[in-house]
Amino acid sequence: MDPALDFNMYSRIQPSEGWVLLLETSAREVFEVMLGTELTQMGEVEVPLTAHCTAMVGLAGRLCGVLSLRCTAETAGCMAAKMLGSEVGAAEYTIRDAIAEICNMVAGNFKTKIPGLAEGCMLSVPSVITGKHYQMHSLADGERVEVCLSFDGHPLWIGLHLDR
Amino acid sequence: MAKKRVLIVDDSAVMRKIVERSLRQAGLDLGEVLEANNGIEALSMVRQNSIDLILTDINMPAMDGLELVRQLAAMEAARGVPVVMITTEASESRVVEALSCGARGYIRKPFTPDQIKDHVAPLLEG
Repeated sequence: MDPALDFNMYSRIQPSEGWVLLLETSAREVFEVMLGTELTQMGEVEVPLTAHCTAMVGLAGRLCGVLSLRCTAETAGCMAAKMLGSEVGAAEYTIRDAIAEICNMVAGNFKTKIPGLAEGCMLSVPSVITGKHYQMHSLADGERVEVCLSFDGHPLWIGLHLDR
Repeated sequence: MAKKRVLIVDDSAVMRKIVERSLRQAGLDLGEVLEANNGIEALSMVRQNSIDLILTDINMPAMDGLELVRQLAAMEAARGVPVVMITTEASESRVVEALSCGARGYIRKPFTPDQIKDHVAPLLEG
């Protein structure tokens, strides 16, 4: 059996205060390597209920929940263009594809930073929600870790919503 | 020497473009780069083309990268064609599984062009 799915063998990993920094580091590394961009601290920005673009990757195993990346449509377009090394705007499908992959890589990178998680947690295929008229309600009733970083001056929220 | 033909297998078109760009930035003597969206498409391309190297993701719909490697191992047209996995999957057991299925290398996303070169260049030269 895949170790990540054998719940009897492994107990849940509980989040700690250090996870905020690990989540931030995971995102910074992905953006530096894949987009050639340094993410910086954004400071206090109110998290909007609607963010235009939300990419999500599910986590199952020793950690259960969702890792999400939220930003405006404009920011998502800039990220896709940087990722592809293009000056021109990318098509909507390409933008969704790009932020899904970024979210997936941040989740994968985060896993490697928590002892026991690389082996004990599986990632889902990423999903992307777009549009202004939606609200995200996480049903996970556990911890919530979220960082707001600046991507070329635009806010970018990366969150981890965990089930108990 | 003839330029090498590479097949990139990933369900993300963006990631296929980035892998191709990384291969070219690495200074490898590449010819045509073919793309497939999943393992099934990749098998079809291998049957129809002479391929020198396959770079594949693991988590894909229709047929994942591990099943692709297994099927390639049993395929006459793919005999001797090296396969390198490129994936976000960091699990040690997945790496071992991929290598035991016949993969010749394993690159974790995010990756740099140098990391691609380190894994791929010896396989293309060999």
